Amino acid sequence: MSDRSMAGEAPAPRAHAVAHQFDDAAQQHEAGLLGMWTFLVTEILFFGGMFAGYTVYRSLYPNAFRAGSHAMNLQIGSINTAVLILSSLTMALAVHASQTGRKKPLVAYLSVTMLFGLIFLGFKAIEWTAEFREHHVPGPHFSFGGPDPVHSQIFFSFYFAMTGMHALHMVIGLGLMTFLLITARQGRYGPEYHAPVVVGGLYWHFVDIVWIFLYPLLYLIGARK
Amino acid sequence: MSVALAQPERPDYLNDGYGIKSWLLTRDHKRIALLYLASITLFFVLGGIFALIIRLELLTPAGDLVTSQTYNKLFTMHGVIMVFFFLIPSIPAVLGNFLIPLMVGARDLAFPRLNLLSWYVYVVGGVFTLTAAITGGVDTGWTFYTPYSSTYSNTHVVLTVVGVFITGFSSILTGLNFIVTIHKMRAPGLSWFRLPLFVWSMYATSMIFILGTPVLAISLVLVGLERIFRIGIFDPHIGGDPLLFQHLFWFYSHPAVYIMILPSMGVVSEIITCFSRKRAFGYNFIAFSSVAIAVLGFLVWGHHMFVSGQSVAAGVIFSGLSFLVAIPSAIKVFNWTATLYKGSVSYQTPMLYAFGFIGLFTIGGLTGLFLATLGVDVHVHDTYFIIAHFHYIMVGGAVMGYLGGIHFWWPKISGRMYPEWWGRVAAVVVFLGFNLTFFPQFILGYLGMPRRYHAYPPEFQVLNVMSTAGASILGIGYLLPLVYLTWSMRYGPKASANPWAAKGLEWETTSPPPTENFLETPIVTEEAYAYAAPGATHV
Ligand code: HEM
Ligand SMILES: [Cu+2]
Repeated sequence: MSDRSMAGEAPAPRAHAVAHQFDDAAQQHEAGLLGMWTFLVTEILFFGGMFAGYTVYRSLYPNAFRAGSHAMNLQIGSINTAVLILSSLTMALAVHASQTGRKKPLVAYLSVTMLFGLIFLGFKAIEWTAEFREHHVPGPHFSFGGPDPVHSQIFFSFYFAMTGMHALHMVIGLGLMTFLLITARQGRYGPEYHAPVVVGGLYWHFVDIVWIFLYPLLYLIGARK
Repeated sequence: MSVALAQPERPDYLNDGYGIKSWLLTRDHKRIALLYLASITLFFVLGGIFALIIRLELLTPAGDLVTSQTYNKLFTMHGVIMVFFFLIPSIPAVLGNFLIPLMVGARDLAFPRLNLLSWYVYVVGGVFTLTAAITGGVDTGWTFYTPYSSTYSNTHVVLTVVGVFITGFSSILTGLNFIVTIHKMRAPGLSWFRLPLFVWSMYATSMIFILGTPVLAISLVLVGLERIFRIGIFDPHIGGDPLLFQHLFWFYSHPAVYIMILPSMGVVSEIITCFSRKRAFGYNFIAFSSVAIAVLGFLVWGHHMFVSGQSVAAGVIFSGLSFLVAIPSAIKVFNWTATLYKGSVSYQTPMLYAFGFIGLFTIGGLTGLFLATLGVDVHVHDTYFIIAHFHYIMVGGAVMGYLGGIHFWWPKISGRMYPEWWGRVAAVVVFLGFNLTFFPQFILGYLGMPRRYHAYPPEFQVLNVMSTAGASILGIGYLLPLVYLTWSMRYGPKASANPWAAKGLEWETTSPPPTENFLETPIVTEEAYAYAAPGATHV
């Protein structure tokens, strides 16, 4: 967050610099956190639009949605849920490591978090390829058995829109993590300055939480016998 | 200009670096505000040109100037540009950016880089939408109603929608920056209830940015996905519901009309207190009514859907809730009037715009009550009555406030005074031109002339000619400030730090302010608007 004024003065020192517009590090830290929380509110509403739509159609066509949910790959969904929960744990550990200024564990935890993220996306890709092969992708080639094949297409529309948006957020999260990883290796974070890791962690947890809602809605609603 | 190399006597934000790069890479909120000012003005001119062609087409009953296809594209581009690229960003991005750090006594917004990013995002969104316009246009109307937009229209819907989606992020980033700045960066002594009312209105506006824009974003994403991949959430063929889109769209777009009007209300509060030299009557009421408008605004979207096929119960509920929004708006008008009462009022240009605002907003607001009445709305739905109503609010209200604000803070922004006589002339021309343009449209709509048609029965012609004549006058009224403000940047007399003898931290620093805003952090010791005007002291 170091921010040099364009008046051409010497660049501020890299580590725990306070940007020129802030009075002190505490104010800067609080501003960063409030900024991220506010941003996450916008994210909740962004996904909220889709959740609202999902809820409406789910109540209109319960059978179609149950059937669609049956066709999901429950194993992959469950594994992915576990993977994401683990990644939230390692992220929390990374935040802790940054606050206590332990560089090696910080780098390690960030790397593991990213690895989990990649595993998640890998499984997602496998899943999507399978749906594609079975013509579950909405559009002219859509085909699906079940009690209400026509309306099942709406279920799959939501499935792809929601998991697609979520995956996009994961990709952005991985970008953030890469940035944190590079700067962590440079030794930027310590007890006085760790806001980027905390803020990045908030984002990562948020993306996990969205999945925690997607998993039951998409995979579990068609309660299996 | 030959002396430009000489050391300026006093460094300010304008002469802190001259090259193009020093502007395009700046992180100074004041310079970013000017970048916005330039690009938003450009869009206003573009949207205005579209409006003028629309009005020229409607000069005669026959559809002889442009084809109906072209006409559809014209009003769509006019609406899209005016709403998303002019009205929504206008006051927040220009005046808000410039003033909020000054008004709260901070050196900059909390996230200067994010602020610069938001301008670039705005420009990229604009490029997308303009590309769509140049390569063929869109004919869906600025509301992008499904299933027409998602399935049937064969114009550049995706490109336009992407442009609007992208600019949405610029609003979100601006709102986020404002909220954090107002919360965390106020100068010592500047408690919430000492904030200028403009800051309160910006705070409420930012709340709508944060809570509304993402919902618009997701509905546009779904329209885009539906067009590209045929996923069909709004497609009635597979049981999808076009009404869902309308619900999502208006959940944002009704509050968005308050994005357009709340900032102007903030500006008007500043101008009225200054030019009547009085404390704001009922400061707390004005402040809280901004927040109340923001909150209530989220509950009334269904009044755009009375004839859409939503249930009667929903219609009645939305009708009732809509009346509630009138209360905080009326509180504001009442409080401004009470502030004026026994003030020592002076009629400078910004004040003329503020009066114009109050008058036109009141008419727009009252006709809004007609529309909130279920039965009346069914009669005037999609007629020129609607067009007149929202132009009274959006153009009569929002643009008046914007122009008033630009004039009020022009000395601070540019360091120069504008020619007062021309300022007053322009304000009067705008007011007269505006009423001649849009008042006849109330009558036209009431008589049944539908909107969005490029031809009409001959009996409507007289009123249409009046409207077109008014539009030309209005156009001149808008051109005047463009000319003399540009002129004043170079030739206007130098402005003092506080030419209006106004209260507020922004007037305590030089005009134009130095890059760091204040040479030392200001400390606030009194309420906002501690005016004590001679002749008004007895109140
Ligand atoms: C010279 C001034 C203006 C004139 C003559 C004018 C004229 C018009 C006309 C004739 C329409 C109706 C199109 C239809 O049949 O639906 C229209 C629509 C609209 N105008 Fe303006 N306008 C002017 C200024 C503005 C400004 C300054 C704004 C916003 C800042 C604005 C925002 C809109 C919007 C949002 C619509 C709705 C478009 C739609 O129905 O899709 N207008 N305008
Ligand atoms: Cu509305």
